[in-house]
Amino acid sequence: MSTIALHDEHNHDHADHGHHKETLISKYIFSMDHKMIAKQFLITGIIMAVIAMGLSILFRIQLAWPDQNFPFLETFLGKWAEGGRIKPDFYLALVTIHGTIMVFFVLTAGLSGTFSNLLIPLQIGARDMASPFLNMLSYWFFFMACVIMMSSFFIQTGPASGGWTVYPPLSVVAKAMPGSGMGMTLWLISMVLFVASSLMGGINYVSTILNMRTKGMDLWKMPLTIWAFFLTAILGILSFPVLVAGVVLMVFDRSFGTSFYLSDIVLGTDILPNEGGSPILWQHLFWFLGHPEVYIVIMPALGISSEVISVNSRKPIFGYHAMVYSLIGITVLSFIVWGHHMFVTGMNPLLGGVFMITTLIIAVPSAVKTFNYLATLWRGNIRFTPAMLFAIGLVSFFISGGLTGIFLGNASLDINLHDTYFVVAHFHLVMGSAAIFGMLAGVYHWFPRMFGRMMNAKLGYLHFWLTFIAAYLVFFPLHFLGLDGVPRRYYAFTEFEFMKKWLTVNVFVTWAAIMAALAQVAFLFNFFYSIFKGKKAPQNPWESNTLEWTAPVEHIHGNWPGEIPTVYRWPYDYSKPGHDVDFIPQTVPFSQTMSSNLPHDFEGNAEAEKIQQDWELANPVKENN
Amino acid sequence: MSLRKFITSKTTAALAVLLTVFANTSAFAQEAAASAAAAPKVDMGEVYKSVIFYTLIFLAVCVFIAIIGKAIKVYELSREAQGKPIGINWNGVHASLFALFLVLGLYGVYWEYTVHGSMLLPDAASEHGKKIDEMFNLTLIITTIVFIATHILLFGFAYIYKYSAKRKAYYYPHNNTIEKIWTIVPALVLTVLVLMGFLTWRSIFFKVEDPNNKPLQIEVTSEQFKWSIRYPGADGIVGKKNYKLTTASNTLGIDFKDLNSRDDEMADEMVIPVGKPVKLILNSKDVIHSFYMPHFRVQLNTVPGMQTIFEFTPTKTTRQMQEETNDPNFKFLFYCAKICGSGHYNMQKDVRVVSEAEYKTWIAEQKTYLNDDLRKQFNLPVAPAPAKPAAEGDSSATDSAAVKGNQMALNK
Repeated sequence: MSTIALHDEHNHDHADHGHHKETLISKYIFSMDHKMIAKQFLITGIIMAVIAMGLSILFRIQLAWPDQNFPFLETFLGKWAEGGRIKPDFYLALVTIHGTIMVFFVLTAGLSGTFSNLLIPLQIGARDMASPFLNMLSYWFFFMACVIMMSSFFIQTGPASGGWTVYPPLSVVAKAMPGSGMGMTLWLISMVLFVASSLMGGINYVSTILNMRTKGMDLWKMPLTIWAFFLTAILGILSFPVLVAGVVLMVFDRSFGTSFYLSDIVLGTDILPNEGGSPILWQHLFWFLGHPEVYIVIMPALGISSEVISVNSRKPIFGYHAMVYSLIGITVLSFIVWGHHMFVTGMNPLLGGVFMITTLIIAVPSAVKTFNYLATLWRGNIRFTPAMLFAIGLVSFFISGGLTGIFLGNASLDINLHDTYFVVAHFHLVMGSAAIFGMLAGVYHWFPRMFGRMMNAKLGYLHFWLTFIAAYLVFFPLHFLGLDGVPRRYYAFTEFEFMKKWLTVNVFVTWAAIMAALAQVAFLFNFFYSIFKGKKAPQNPWESNTLEWTAPVEHIHGNWPGEIPTVYRWPYDYSKPGHDVDFIPQTVPFSQTMSSNLPHDFEGNAEAEKIQQDWELANPVKENN
Repeated sequence: MSLRKFITSKTTAALAVLLTVFANTSAFAQEAAASAAAAPKVDMGEVYKSVIFYTLIFLAVCVFIAIIGKAIKVYELSREAQGKPIGINWNGVHASLFALFLVLGLYGVYWEYTVHGSMLLPDAASEHGKKIDEMFNLTLIITTIVFIATHILLFGFAYIYKYSAKRKAYYYPHNNTIEKIWTIVPALVLTVLVLMGFLTWRSIFFKVEDPNNKPLQIEVTSEQFKWSIRYPGADGIVGKKNYKLTTASNTLGIDFKDLNSRDDEMADEMVIPVGKPVKLILNSKDVIHSFYMPHFRVQLNTVPGMQTIFEFTPTKTTRQMQEETNDPNFKFLFYCAKICGSGHYNMQKDVRVVSEAEYKTWIAEQKTYLNDDLRKQFNLPVAPAPAKPAAEGDSSATDSAAVKGNQMALNK
């Protein structure tokens, strides 16, 4: 009932819209159209990604050549790199802001924000988000968060530098390091705005998916992308507020003299008055968000790759239900595994044992997803579009990085691996590279939908192969540093005899990282060039089944002229035997595909089955096809 | 004809862009060189040149790639113009590249495992470390098998099932049996790993103390950016601390009113007897640090306002390790593994594992934390006989007296 009511209302709306005057500001800046907001998220995300990548190159240079001067660094960074050498404090700031930007601004907002906004209304058949205004606010809060985070590079004491997890007391006691002064304050403000943004986004996504699906689009007919965005949004809604709570307590500790996280602290001989707090409390609050956060990062990427792999293998995704249930499993389990970040923090070891069990259980749904991807590729008819290449790359990274998670999730093994380069390698593969590849797969796949033009495929190929190879060259060797006991966030490896043997590896890794960074130029050029000069996109360039490809290429407010199409089938009818082409869009009723219908398509509808049987009796020849 | 026009217009455009880029960069270079020459005395010209140099290399590569791109385009367009089928079968190219990547990747993994794999930490030098190593190896074997098998499947399928216009993919939406199998098998394997991990974890952190082999207590306190080690002295108990007592002369804030504190000794390095359990009492003065001693597979954070405890038993002396690793300079270390500020990367102390006898000689030479200054501060009699305060101790008199006796004997 409600859907029908909504329809009418929207049709009405749509008719009215003809008379609205769209100004430059309402169209490109304070836009409430989900497609424009998606583009805003994407382009902001790309800019932030380039910045964060640049930061990583800066600290990689320091790691590779710790005893050389690079005067150009001083040109850019001034006194933070006096004499052309990055200072230890600034090195930590680089690491911190690289992590924060990548995790929150690129892989959460840039990924979820872009594709949830773009695809939710288009794939479920809605005119726009449930609350377009909230949606606009969500972007602008995100934008402000980005600006404030970047502004910390322009203050004297520099950006926050206690690591992206900002553990107190390091981040709370201003005297502990320069970055814990003003820079940390800006970090906290930025984070509050960011959480507000992602909550507004998340609530919008959930309500849109639950309430505004078109006729026939029941939950089990939704593409896996939508399932992933839906569950990601739920994760975000339930976990992000906890971070805000933690951040508020931290603001109080920093500015109003409370002692939530502080106790028994002496700096040199300076005894701080704080008593009764516990730094472990922050870690619990942070990781209660922080762990779901890594699934907030990877689940949309998995959703995107499910869709891309299925479309380009010309095969239904194997085990659609299993894919959904494994996503649900990951969602639920991700709330009870945060303690695996804290095995050796002094948390009660009893809890360590419990969290180890829950953590390793979460490997099961992840394994199911991997095997299902492989089964989808099996006997497919694979088209290697750039999006497909990146999706395959994602599966590879997800396997490589996921497997090292089995080491780290095991509390006993984590004792020696915790906070080493093994961890760095692990999460850069499974969360960093995999999620970025998911995002890039999404960009290549839905670029025609976003901008009405095609990206250059060959530059996409080049981009993929360079990035894929470079990412492995960067992160694979890092595992071995970790296994040798080299801790992360070390400014230089020069002070330890045993680390000197890794200096050559560091040089190699830095060159690989530079290669990966330069490879992104191919993407950036391709992306921005194609927005304006790309080939005009056809209606359905990948011959895909989902609803977004039925909407006109030219963006219109309300997505579809006239009525929203009705959905009759699941989104994965690729290469269905008996049908003349290898895809059947969701909008094609079964009555038009009598030759390819299968018994279970009718979900026990006796009448439909009867009609099908009658038809098959009447048309026996087609059976041989 | 249109083809030629296409090429000329695009290439001229590209050339123009490149020219301007070149012109700009060289202009920048000149400007930079000029300013560098004018303002400071440092000769930065060379380096600016080198930055420009790399930029130019990159641009040259871009041009090269653009030329290849154009060549491919020309080739494909000319095929199209002649009415022949598409020039390059990109699906085939990628399929082959994936196959190549698989082969080279497998070789790379083998190379990494053998070359970098031989540069790792030596075998564990502690009792629980051996268990950790065993479990590590088991996990490594399982994950390596899965890693290689899944990658062979992934890239193998990518190679075999590349697009062909003649073929149609196999419509295979689900198979509950297969799905059950690959849910249950990983679950079983993980159950084994979880159980092993859980038991090992419990055996590390929930030790039952053997009354005949009481662990040696050592307190380690971290601060930016150094460690302080405190040995318990003759009574075998590390005394109380109170951070509020911290002064320039009492940097750890040791409470000398506690009798157990008075004989506590300071040390520059951690020396521990082989084969004897050691109970590390960890604490931090300022921010969180992490006590990381990888050769013994020991790591635990040091947290202000909280004691953390790790118990382990070293099984190899430093000398033994030097022989085993064939490295006369080998030494055990502990260092910081939790980001703690600008000196994080250099916060280390040496560890020496020695025989019981060597340990006793060494410990006898260490000074107590309590000195005359502190005696005055705590209103204790200055310069009493070193044994007195502890001897006055009430409860553990017999026990500590016996130890003391040994100590004295050794001293002589």
